[in-house]
Amino acid sequence: MNAAVLQPVEQALTQKIQVKDLNFYYGKFQALKNINLDIPDRKVTAFIGPSGCGKSTLLRTFNRMYALYPNQEAKGEILLDGENILGPGQDLNRLRAKVGMVFQKPTPFPMSIHDNIAFGVRLYESLSPREMDERVEWALRKAALWDEVKGKLRQSGTSLSGGQQQRLCIARAIAVRPEVLLLDEPASALDPISTGRIEELVHELKADYTIVIVTHNMQQAARVSDYTAYMYLGDLVEFGVTDEVFIKPKKKETEDYITGRFG
Amino acid sequence: MSAVVNPLQGQAQADLAALMSRRISDASLRKQYRLDQLFRHATRLFAFLVLALLAGILIALFIGGLSSMRTFGFGFFFSAEWNPVTEQFGALVAIVGTLTTSVIALFIGIPVSFGIALFLTELSPKWLRGPLGTAIELLAAIPSIIYGMWGLFVFAPVFASHVQPILKSTLGSVPIIGILFKGPPMGIGVLTAGIILAIMVIPFIASVMRDVFEIVPAVLKESAYALGSTTWEVVWHVVLPYTKVGVVGGIMLGLGRALGETMAVTFVIGNAHRLSASLMEPGNSIASALANEFTEAVGDLYLSALIELGLILFFITFVVLALSKLLLLRLARREGRTT
Repeated sequence: MNAAVLQPVEQALTQKIQVKDLNFYYGKFQALKNINLDIPDRKVTAFIGPSGCGKSTLLRTFNRMYALYPNQEAKGEILLDGENILGPGQDLNRLRAKVGMVFQKPTPFPMSIHDNIAFGVRLYESLSPREMDERVEWALRKAALWDEVKGKLRQSGTSLSGGQQQRLCIARAIAVRPEVLLLDEPASALDPISTGRIEELVHELKADYTIVIVTHNMQQAARVSDYTAYMYLGDLVEFGVTDEVFIKPKKKETEDYITGRFG
Repeated sequence: MSAVVNPLQGQAQADLAALMSRRISDASLRKQYRLDQLFRHATRLFAFLVLALLAGILIALFIGGLSSMRTFGFGFFFSAEWNPVTEQFGALVAIVGTLTTSVIALFIGIPVSFGIALFLTELSPKWLRGPLGTAIELLAAIPSIIYGMWGLFVFAPVFASHVQPILKSTLGSVPIIGILFKGPPMGIGVLTAGIILAIMVIPFIASVMRDVFEIVPAVLKESAYALGSTTWEVVWHVVLPYTKVGVVGGIMLGLGRALGETMAVTFVIGNAHRLSASLMEPGNSIASALANEFTEAVGDLYLSALIELGLILFFITFVVLALSKLLLLRLARREGRTT
């Protein structure tokens, strides 16, 4: 009806993360080659590509997870809200509080469900027990897990099913109130029903968070993402609006991968 | 030769082959079953052998200590008297000495071991891990008599001239704990024995801790780092709870060694059957009393009293093990039920 209403939304698109001339090395091996990429705010961006193409590596530069390992090195610039996070003065703990991450396999900590969520919050905020309970409930509701665990918050996080554990990990990441959420193949270890719930969750969470998701599953990328980056052997081959990348890719390689002729 | 094989004939051949292989496998299965049974019985025998040994030692100690038990009754536990001439024996000094030295050893050993394991697994540069790890394992391989001699000839004099005076003048004047650091700086004594024991248990505890820290999945640690934790927070809140069974096991291994250590303690504890509040005074432990006095134990009651001491050491070790299991249960409850 009124197309003008939609227009400003599109224009208001701001870039949350800007990757500039990023090169990444595992020792001598170069895993990322001159990546340039803008990740829009409060959208879902998917990284797809065959194994070893560097999509997880790229994801792990956004919270500098690679810095845990001595011979991994990133060169170039990654701007988060305009600030270079690869700079020497960057406080890693603060960065990681701002950029949350969920891993391939569910990783509940060996503590109760409540404490799993409270763990990250306690690192940065001193809340009263009441406030903490509220925060835990808020995070579990956001992760669509509250109804399933509300009666057993004192039970061990490891007692949940795989899908529930993964949503617990998402809740744990959200509880710290990050701005960006990195999902590294979050559903690859889950059954189709749990996968569906995670995908719904991603869809709901993008209203509040900038989400970057790495996935092996192209249908998943098509379902959940607004933007898609196709990577191959450390190169960013194509990046654009998901529908365009999937329906009429600009590059032949992308088309081959998406149509299953390769990969 | 015909390249075309009659399909029926081929089928028959296949059936025959299947039949024969089944017959063969029946025979081999039976044989395998018998071997399985044999193996099962053999392993069970070995396992029960342990129980039998344990029971045997317990019974032997009990019978040996019987005459001492009859003579002194429960008073044996609470008497600090140890006089071979009048044949008055009490275990209090030795029990207190054993427990005190072991507590000192763990008090020093656990934090140091934790630090070593933490450094080796999380902080150390890769090239240093191998040599340092090996050095720690080598420390565990040094015979205890070497520790004892080193303790007596090298450590004790230095301790007496440089450390004990400082302890006396600082901690010794603190109101309540001051009493622990009174007395002449002789170098040998309960505190020295505790410190030597600490050095001896550190390699055990540290290498077990390192081994269990290493099995923590990298992705679990990464998830904690991903929330913005520091290395300390990751280790304290995630690695340690994840490995608690192994860590407690390592500490118990160290405690077991500390409780039963004989030679090194005998060298430096002073071997005096005297009860003193001060850690700087000489004392005695069960194991070193046994080692020192068995050869000179004339008289049945003397020998019996020593054997009863051995029984008590056995009992202490048992209680310590039971307590560690209880501790693990409590930790598990705090973590939350798993079902």
